[in-house]
Amino acid sequence: MTQSTLTYNGFYSESPRPGILGWLLSTDHKRIGIMYLCCITTMFIVGACLGIAIRLELIAPGPTIMGPQTYNATFTVHGIIMIFMFIIPSVPAAFGNLVLPIQIGARDVSFPKVNLISWYCYVIGAVLALFSIFTGTGAPDTGWTFYVPFSTHTNTNVSLAAFAAFMLGFSSILTGINFVTTIHRLRAKGMTWGRLPMFVWTLYATAWIQVLATPMLGITLVLVILERTFGAGLFDAARGGDPIMFQHLFWIYSHPAVYIMILPGMGVISEVIPVFARKPLFGYWAMAFSSLAIAFAGSLVWAHHMYASGMSDFAILVFSFLTFIVAIPSAIKVFNWVSTLYKGSIELAPPMLYALSFIFNFSIGGLGGLALGAAASDIHLTDTTFVVGHFHYTMFGGLGFAFFAALHYWLPKFTGRMYNHKIAVIAWALLFVGFNVTYMAMQAVGIQGMPRRYYDYLPEFFPLNLVSTIGSWVLAIGLIMMFVNLWQGMRKGPVVGKNPWGAATLEWTVPSPPPMDNFGPDDPVVTRGPYEFKGVVADEY
Amino acid sequence: MSIEHRDDTGARFGMWLFLYTEVILFSGLFILYAVSLAKFPVQFAEASHKLNIYFGTVNTLVLLTSSLTIALAITAIQRNQIKRTLLLSAMTIALALVFLINKYFEWSAEIGHGIYPGSEHLAEMGPGVTTFFNLYYFTAGLHGLHVLIGGTLISIVSIMVAKGKVTAERYTLLENSALYWHLVDLVWIFLFPLYYLIL
Ligand code: HEM
Ligand SMILES: [Cu+2]
Repeated sequence: MTQSTLTYNGFYSESPRPGILGWLLSTDHKRIGIMYLCCITTMFIVGACLGIAIRLELIAPGPTIMGPQTYNATFTVHGIIMIFMFIIPSVPAAFGNLVLPIQIGARDVSFPKVNLISWYCYVIGAVLALFSIFTGTGAPDTGWTFYVPFSTHTNTNVSLAAFAAFMLGFSSILTGINFVTTIHRLRAKGMTWGRLPMFVWTLYATAWIQVLATPMLGITLVLVILERTFGAGLFDAARGGDPIMFQHLFWIYSHPAVYIMILPGMGVISEVIPVFARKPLFGYWAMAFSSLAIAFAGSLVWAHHMYASGMSDFAILVFSFLTFIVAIPSAIKVFNWVSTLYKGSIELAPPMLYALSFIFNFSIGGLGGLALGAAASDIHLTDTTFVVGHFHYTMFGGLGFAFFAALHYWLPKFTGRMYNHKIAVIAWALLFVGFNVTYMAMQAVGIQGMPRRYYDYLPEFFPLNLVSTIGSWVLAIGLIMMFVNLWQGMRKGPVVGKNPWGAATLEWTVPSPPPMDNFGPDDPVVTRGPYEFKGVVADEY
Repeated sequence: MSIEHRDDTGARFGMWLFLYTEVILFSGLFILYAVSLAKFPVQFAEASHKLNIYFGTVNTLVLLTSSLTIALAITAIQRNQIKRTLLLSAMTIALALVFLINKYFEWSAEIGHGIYPGSEHLAEMGPGVTTFFNLYYFTAGLHGLHVLIGGTLISIVSIMVAKGKVTAERYTLLENSALYWHLVDLVWIFLFPLYYLIL
């Protein structure tokens, strides 16, 4: 480190083992969190490059930069990376590990060794997935959904990719078990359920979904691998199997998985908004229970992905209805954030800008979700780029932006240094504009009827595709600027004290970066709620 | 540096959560069984009669006994009877081996008849029969894998008992392995009637 020296290095220097092994064998939740953060960010950058490449291919009708087979592989690998290696673990595994134990006044998670194993499962999964691109019979080309019968018949490296996703699922399960147990067993004295920060509540709901839903993906992927190896035909209609059953099993996990993706993001937003509006979170219990309600209701709606696959009309009616039910707790959250902002003394610091754009993007994505939840409009929109626009609005505009908010909010805590705010704001503006241009155009061209996952398209779809691709470049510039700024800030930024934002949750009462065992010799005793700002002062930096 | 932390209730709680995930893992196969049974009731019955019920029955008895021995091992370690704990654990492991050997003979016989996933003989028997046997092999295979994992787990913990790392005051590891073993038993209790008995 250069320039102003940090006098205190926290968990970076205090380790029972020195050097790289002190990291690779560490069971400390903060070190594991940092390791997750590094891997996940790397995977995000790889995935984003592939995304830009897809958009570049679609800039104009006809072949531009790659062939059709490469295109199929590119969007498949982009999807697998972004879903299984970026958004599912991003906030829970990285920031959950970093922040959750400190927020509830614990010294570590319940099972530190399991935590480390979970990180290794993630790394093995990621490495295998990357292997599947370069080895064997070519990169998988099924789309991240591994739909049969194509996935059981294609000659590409699907088995390896499916096994990689299996390992990543295992990692996710272990994290979930750890968090549920930790929240039940390791809360500090005075940390009642009513004083849990909202981030902890959302991680709690998320962890239950991870535990209850992920094994279903596990068995589905194992079956795909077995089908490929033995040609068993459980999903093959010609041999008495049923491809629709695959879709059911797959979405029984993968729909709840979108709540694994979004809930922790909502938790981040619920932390950031009160701090920068300097008001307690509006409707604490409504917020806590809506998280659980989203997790519960979200587990019942998987078949809204299958309206067009062949289901009874009655089943469509039921799943359509249930899908609309999920909108209620989601809307409760949005209204409560807005009510928290109402008459607050709002400070537009970088984390807050990302949080506000989360609300904006997530609302657009959510409304699009209603259009897709209603069977009538879904029949028109399914498998068009409208769907792609919709899920990017919720996942990238939602969780992605929440992840960026979390980076800007908590990195100073864990590095002890602050990034440049002006550059952060410019990067945010580019990101926000680029994001909306890219995906709004994609939604619009989808409504016109442009199918998704197509290598080529009719000339009338050209203008909007061009707009979308140009948007993706603005987006990319914003991303580069944001990452460079954060990196520079972490290395050379001004040193910050314990509490640069003036927040009231426990992690801001310990030094930045926190010491190895979080709280010094005595366990903390909690005497106030997470959003009682009276008497809390922000440190200068 | 780090402060000694021990939470037996928490460890047990975590194990129960993990067992729940195992139940869901198997439930995917049970769902497929239910759907296929509804589609091919006659063929399922026909296929089920081809399975040798004696193998299944013996294995059920073996697993039930092993659940008993591992449960007794827990009582033994609570009373600080280390030798008896080791003996009972060894019996559990032996029974696990008997189960696997029995399964080996059962599968060999069936494979000898040309019945295995992807075989031509099976394909000739038509859709429903094929589905039954595929599910049978995959479910029993996954269960067999769990027997193997459970046996390994109990072996490792037994070594720790012998070395004095798992003791009368500190036996959660043994208890958790036993819980896992009961799950293996429980899954079989469902598999046995579904594949051998009721059709
Ligand atoms: C630089 C940013 C990104 C760009 C330019 C981008 C662009 C695209 C494009 C053009 C597609 C292909 C759509 C299709 O034809 O089906 C796509 C698919 C997809 N993207 Fe992104 N994306 C980006 C970031 C993300 C992020 C952050 C996530 C997850 C949070 C994500 C998840 C997905 C998924 C799951 C698919 C579906 C792949 C499939 O159809 O199998 N993307 N993306
Ligand atoms: Cu869904």
